[in-house]
Amino acid sequence: MDINPILLLAALMVASTPILLAAIGELVVERSGVLNLGVEGMMIVGAVCGYIAGHSSGNPYLGFVGAAAAGAALSLIFAVLTQFLLTNQVATGLGLTMFGLGLSSLIGQGSKGSPDLTVSKLHIPLLADIPVIGPILFQHDVMVYLSVAIVAGVWAFLKYSRAGLILRAVGENHDAAHALGYNVRAVRVLAIMFGGACAGLAGAYISLVRVPQWIDGITAGAGWIALAIVVFASWKPWRLIAGAYLFGGVTVLQLNLQAEGLKIPVEYLSMAPYLATIVVLVMIRAGRAPASLGKSFHPST
Amino acid sequence: MKRRTLLATGAGAAMAAALGLPARAQDKTKVGFIYVGPINDGGWTQHHHHSAMEMVHHFGDAVDFVYQENVPEGPDAERAITQMALGGADIIFTTSFGFMDPTINVAANFPDVKFEHATGYKQADNVSVYSARFYEGRAIQGTLAGRVTKSNKIGYIASVPIPEVIRGINSAYLHAKKVNPDVEFKVIWIFEWLNPAKEADAAKALIEQGCDVVLQHTDSTAPHQAAKEAGGVYTFGQAADMAEYGPMPRISSIIDNWSPYYIERVQAVIDGTWSSVNTWDGIGAGMVGIGEISDAVPAEAKAEAEAMRDAIAAGTYHPFTGPINKQDGSAWLAEGEIANDGDLAGMFFFVEGIEGDIPS
Repeated sequence: MDINPILLLAALMVASTPILLAAIGELVVERSGVLNLGVEGMMIVGAVCGYIAGHSSGNPYLGFVGAAAAGAALSLIFAVLTQFLLTNQVATGLGLTMFGLGLSSLIGQGSKGSPDLTVSKLHIPLLADIPVIGPILFQHDVMVYLSVAIVAGVWAFLKYSRAGLILRAVGENHDAAHALGYNVRAVRVLAIMFGGACAGLAGAYISLVRVPQWIDGITAGAGWIALAIVVFASWKPWRLIAGAYLFGGVTVLQLNLQAEGLKIPVEYLSMAPYLATIVVLVMIRAGRAPASLGKSFHPST
Repeated sequence: MKRRTLLATGAGAAMAAALGLPARAQDKTKVGFIYVGPINDGGWTQHHHHSAMEMVHHFGDAVDFVYQENVPEGPDAERAITQMALGGADIIFTTSFGFMDPTINVAANFPDVKFEHATGYKQADNVSVYSARFYEGRAIQGTLAGRVTKSNKIGYIASVPIPEVIRGINSAYLHAKKVNPDVEFKVIWIFEWLNPAKEADAAKALIEQGCDVVLQHTDSTAPHQAAKEAGGVYTFGQAADMAEYGPMPRISSIIDNWSPYYIERVQAVIDGTWSSVNTWDGIGAGMVGIGEISDAVPAEAKAEAEAMRDAIAAGTYHPFTGPINKQDGSAWLAEGEIANDGDLAGMFFFVEGIEGDIPS
């Protein structure tokens, strides 16, 4: 066996990070009662803007800032259309994805980066030197930790903070929340922008760390996977981590098994990430969607 | 985006027709290209586009050039090709294997338009096929890989299981084995020509399993980036030179040089001498170029590889020369026997020594 389990587990975290980032943003959006199917579009715009910002400034972290801003800006279009003009959320989200794919291709025309811009891996003192666990958990780039920190933050926010309670109330019953005097649209616009920023970060992670290059269509459907994982994780942050890491893990594992020359037809290995993620997340009990998910709201009703 | 130019010329043609103007006031030859990827992929499509641009510069004002990038293989390709034919193209190049059936289907509807399909095998009266003998370049890569590897593990990122890709794996393996009997090949199929994230993941998986040479039959430079980050891993440019990753990790490359062919075929349309042909050229004819072998390769190995390149170009050496057995141990080529083009074109087996199955 040439598979090194330590390296495999370390690679898993890197492969899962873009999906996790995009999914945690969408989770907040959906908990506020909005279904934004434009994740893929916001991701890819984040990928190209992050790439350009990072390479023109020479600082990859500025690239991530730019990506988050670009993702949030794009999501604002969705927010205005769905929250103020009351367009259908499904159609608008799909439109946003197509718009984002085209826009990214346009922005990316002729963009050239240098192969030398890299996001350095951290070497957390002491922890990184622990055998086995050190290389798996404590020798990644800062974005891997940021993605986990965002998940933890979202969990704490939704569970313990007053603002989180309001956001959930808006998602469960926007009429009641409105009757109590909460500004439903403001809450949702903020949630949508948070989702956009996270999707932007996810895209930039692909174009600045995982690949790292800019090529048309680079996200290759990762945004759709993120959307699916939110549903399968029944809108719960910790399950989201399980789902994203499982998907990333099986993806990396199947490549390793192929290289190992395992006697399983390659077709089955290729579908394994999707199957494993669906099976496991369905088994840990499907949850209930926020009651107002996808419904338009107008303060007059 | 030339897609817009395409629309604009289409709209212009429609307006000219509406105004009763002759549709082809100027006697330009309109040349169309259908690409599977974006023209900035750094590899396959970029090089087709590069060659097409050289063709355009060669003819100057005599040709009108249109292209459409990112055309998915499958039914949508038919729409894209039809649209281009309706737009008044005189000759259309479709540059991916998966455009084969769409090209044949559309060609049947436009008998006056000439079609050129890259890497396929279905010809028609107005459809030519052309491809390059990439396996000749793979022989040189295999030789270099066998010489530079220290771990004796060579990774191969394979794209789609078709004969062209399988020929490349076989050729590389045979020649690596010849100079280094201990080599072992690890093949990962990603089922796509271009998916940078997957290519990067595949390259990382191969490197983590100890491969210190990674060959690729996919179109992006992502594997080079992964090799660069890992350090001490050798790669080869695919379709384009990818020289920006030299001298390490990229130590050589296969360069697709389509421009002489494009110039010749467009000239034939201009002259009215175009006829359907089946072209399969290699290093000798200049369709397959071998990129500069970098100084990271020991001088002896470099000389050896260059000698092989010259022998193949001169026609004195064929990469598939027996004795060669198939994977199951049955004989394919006897001692000194040279593979015929029919066998090569339809090759769907690994040679003896490669582990794993070809996905069907």
